[in-house]
Amino acid sequence: MKTKIRIATTSLGGCFGCHMSLLDLDERLIPLAELIEFDRSPLTDIEHCTNCDIGLIEGGVCNSENVHVLREFRKNCKILVAVGACAITGGLPAMRNFIPLEECLAESYLRGIGVENAQIPNDLELPLLLDKVRPLHEVVKVDYFLPGCPPSAEVFWTFLNDLIAGREPSLPYECVHYD
Amino acid sequence: MQAFVKNIAEENQYKATHLLRILHAIQAHYHYIPKPAIEQLASLLNIARTQIIGVIEFYSFFHLSPRGRYELLISDSITDHLLGKHALTDYLAIKLNVAVGEVRTDGLVSLDNTSCTGLCDQGPAGLVNGYALPHLDHARIDQISELINQQTPVALWPSQLFQVDDHIIKPGLLLNHPLTPGEALQSTFKRGLVATLAELDTSALRGRGGAGFKTASKWQYCRDEPENQRYVVCNADEGEPGTFKDRVLLNSYAQQVIEGMTVCAAIIGAQQGFLYLRGEYLFLYDKLQQVLVERRQQGLLGNNILNSGLDFDIDICLGAGAYICGEESALIESLEGKMGIPRNRPPYPVTQGYLGKPTVVNNVETFLAAAAIAHLGGDWFASIGTGQSKGTKILSISGDCAKPGIYEYAFGTPIETILNDCGAEELLGVQIGGPSGLFISDLELQRKLAFEDLATGGSFIIFNKHRNLLDIVNNFTRFFAHESCGFCTPCRVGTSLLKNQLAKIIDGHGSAGDVVALEELCVLVKNYSHCGLGQTAANPIISTLARFPELYQSRLKNISYEPGFDLDASLENARQLANRNDAAAHLTQVEQD
Ligand SMILES: Cc1cc2nc3c(=O)[nH]c(=O)nc-3n(C[C@H](O)[C@H](O)[C@H](O)COP(=O)(O)O)c2cc1C
Ligand code: SF4
Ligand code: SF4
Repeated sequence: MKTKIRIATTSLGGCFGCHMSLLDLDERLIPLAELIEFDRSPLTDIEHCTNCDIGLIEGGVCNSENVHVLREFRKNCKILVAVGACAITGGLPAMRNFIPLEECLAESYLRGIGVENAQIPNDLELPLLLDKVRPLHEVVKVDYFLPGCPPSAEVFWTFLNDLIAGREPSLPYECVHYD
Repeated sequence: MQAFVKNIAEENQYKATHLLRILHAIQAHYHYIPKPAIEQLASLLNIARTQIIGVIEFYSFFHLSPRGRYELLISDSITDHLLGKHALTDYLAIKLNVAVGEVRTDGLVSLDNTSCTGLCDQGPAGLVNGYALPHLDHARIDQISELINQQTPVALWPSQLFQVDDHIIKPGLLLNHPLTPGEALQSTFKRGLVATLAELDTSALRGRGGAGFKTASKWQYCRDEPENQRYVVCNADEGEPGTFKDRVLLNSYAQQVIEGMTVCAAIIGAQQGFLYLRGEYLFLYDKLQQVLVERRQQGLLGNNILNSGLDFDIDICLGAGAYICGEESALIESLEGKMGIPRNRPPYPVTQGYLGKPTVVNNVETFLAAAAIAHLGGDWFASIGTGQSKGTKILSISGDCAKPGIYEYAFGTPIETILNDCGAEELLGVQIGGPSGLFISDLELQRKLAFEDLATGGSFIIFNKHRNLLDIVNNFTRFFAHESCGFCTPCRVGTSLLKNQLAKIIDGHGSAGDVVALEELCVLVKNYSHCGLGQTAANPIISTLARFPELYQSRLKNISYEPGFDLDASLENARQLANRNDAAAHLTQVEQD
């Protein structure tokens, strides 16, 4: 049997919408599964990346843990792909970039409705938030960007098939035209 | 306040097109535009409140929150940097006890940066309540601080503080022979309008504002439009850093410039003209109004000019600190009292300009030359220059040279001649045409001043070998990011990305892929922007990358990638808030194996 293309996926500061969109490939998942296998991914519960061909990441970089995960992906994936608006620009979570971190945390943990025993969480287990939500390419080198919120199943299909076939990926206009 | 605003609105006949003038008056009086004034204007002028707020936010010289009663702005042009602007601003901030970008707590004074003020040959320069302050140095700053702390009204400050010089160093064909007022009009009427347009055609005069469109064709197209109302606009926005020749022309050759506009009006059939004067040249406003008054008295403006039957008059409109308003369609929007956002072209202003009517927009120098041609004929002008560039070009020369100022050269003059004349030594290179133009190195001095080789609106900024090229490029790139009007994404976002990506490299966070990423960004901003600003915003990077790639490369780290910001520092706030400082509360800048 031909060795399968190994793919890792994760969501940093994302909503899993991009992952759901990948699953929208529906019946095309079956032929795809002949060609690929998943490494670290919410779909497999493998906790850490091993050597992979492709890393797909949705969501921007919001906290220190995101930085570690992103670096693990960069280190282990030959090709790293920023998937969706959040990974490419920071997206919706980056709307907090215009509000000081202190105010964001106060709004959620000190003044929020129904908050009891108000305090800023400080457990050592918790990752710390970055001042600003960053797109992936501001933290590590990114090889490809799949636009969309989320990118359509068609985008994943075209992109992965191009890569698997060894072609330079190229998205037709319909795939990146939104209005 | 109500009475004040009502009065100003009334003086402006409640016209929404006069919004900028009205806001200028309110800003000058209150040092900002108070909210109640906005509400009141909205109903008096019958326009949306949000439209007024949009205009206030668009222009740098209008503010929604109070500035100091003495509002100091220091020119951030590269030419002012070369002359020691940074140290002087620091000194000023200490003297006046106010930080850059802030208003002092007592509200007396505010201090900030502003884009090039057009005093590049006599900087470092600034503005106080809009009036130009050239030649800033420690002594003058001491004097200014004293005047402010004693609350002396600006009108009573010593006039020597405001003394702006012409510095005409090398006059030529045009500057040597100013016309007597009325001469060009008399010749025009005598020869006939069609024949005069033909002379302009023979002269092959091309626009001096940068784009170089043939002036006779522009006037002809406008004349041919089947409309009964037309307008003439003189573009005196002169915002390109390093350009100041229009300032000198309006100071000492205004009669002839206005005569050029009047000849244009006669030929195209316009009754109303506008002179759009950049806000930074407020100090010329009264003087120019006086010239208009004199010309009306001499029968050279107003009704039945020189008994020819021509009725034509001119209004002066002040800009408010927006480089984009030099772009002709943005300028027209601004004349109409709106935000200066460039229109789609076509239709060009010659078909649909001011209030949708055919409009000729020309540069100050174009009108100056047109007046001379109307008097002396086309052959006189076309006899000098090169194949595609006839006549002379007036240059604003500044930067590292012995004699900065105004120079007039025949087209075709080699750059080397110009540099010798102004006393440029130990040359690194010259920025020709301002930040939107081209940086040439000391190896290209045989190139020529001409549309077919080095086209320029007239800005020549000279840099010697002791200057850091990347600092220069950084200044220019920041200028565009600041001046982008924000209408289209490739420029609004692109110019900021250019700024950040360049800063990343300059600050030493760059690695192999970063110059390539910068180049790709340049192509994107250049090719997809809506107007000339965005289309030229990457030029400083493109032209220096082509000439000095090793300079960029030398800043790169020999690793595959590093973030352009301090990762660990961006956790500092969170550390403070959670009161943590354990190992997991820190990040390394690059991944450690
Ligand atoms: C961003 C931008 C700024 C400009 N600034 C000026 C200016 O300050 N003065 C000027 O005459 N033309 C300026 N122009 C060019 C004008 O759009 C227009 O081409 C010119 O005023 C036409 O006059 P001319 O044919 O006499 O050159 C600018 C263009 C752009 C794109
Ligand atoms: S890009 Fe859209 S779908 Fe994807 S993670 Fe962000 S918000 Fe969700
Ligand atoms: S290119 Fe820049 S200045 Fe021109 S319209 Fe677009 S945003 Fe405005």
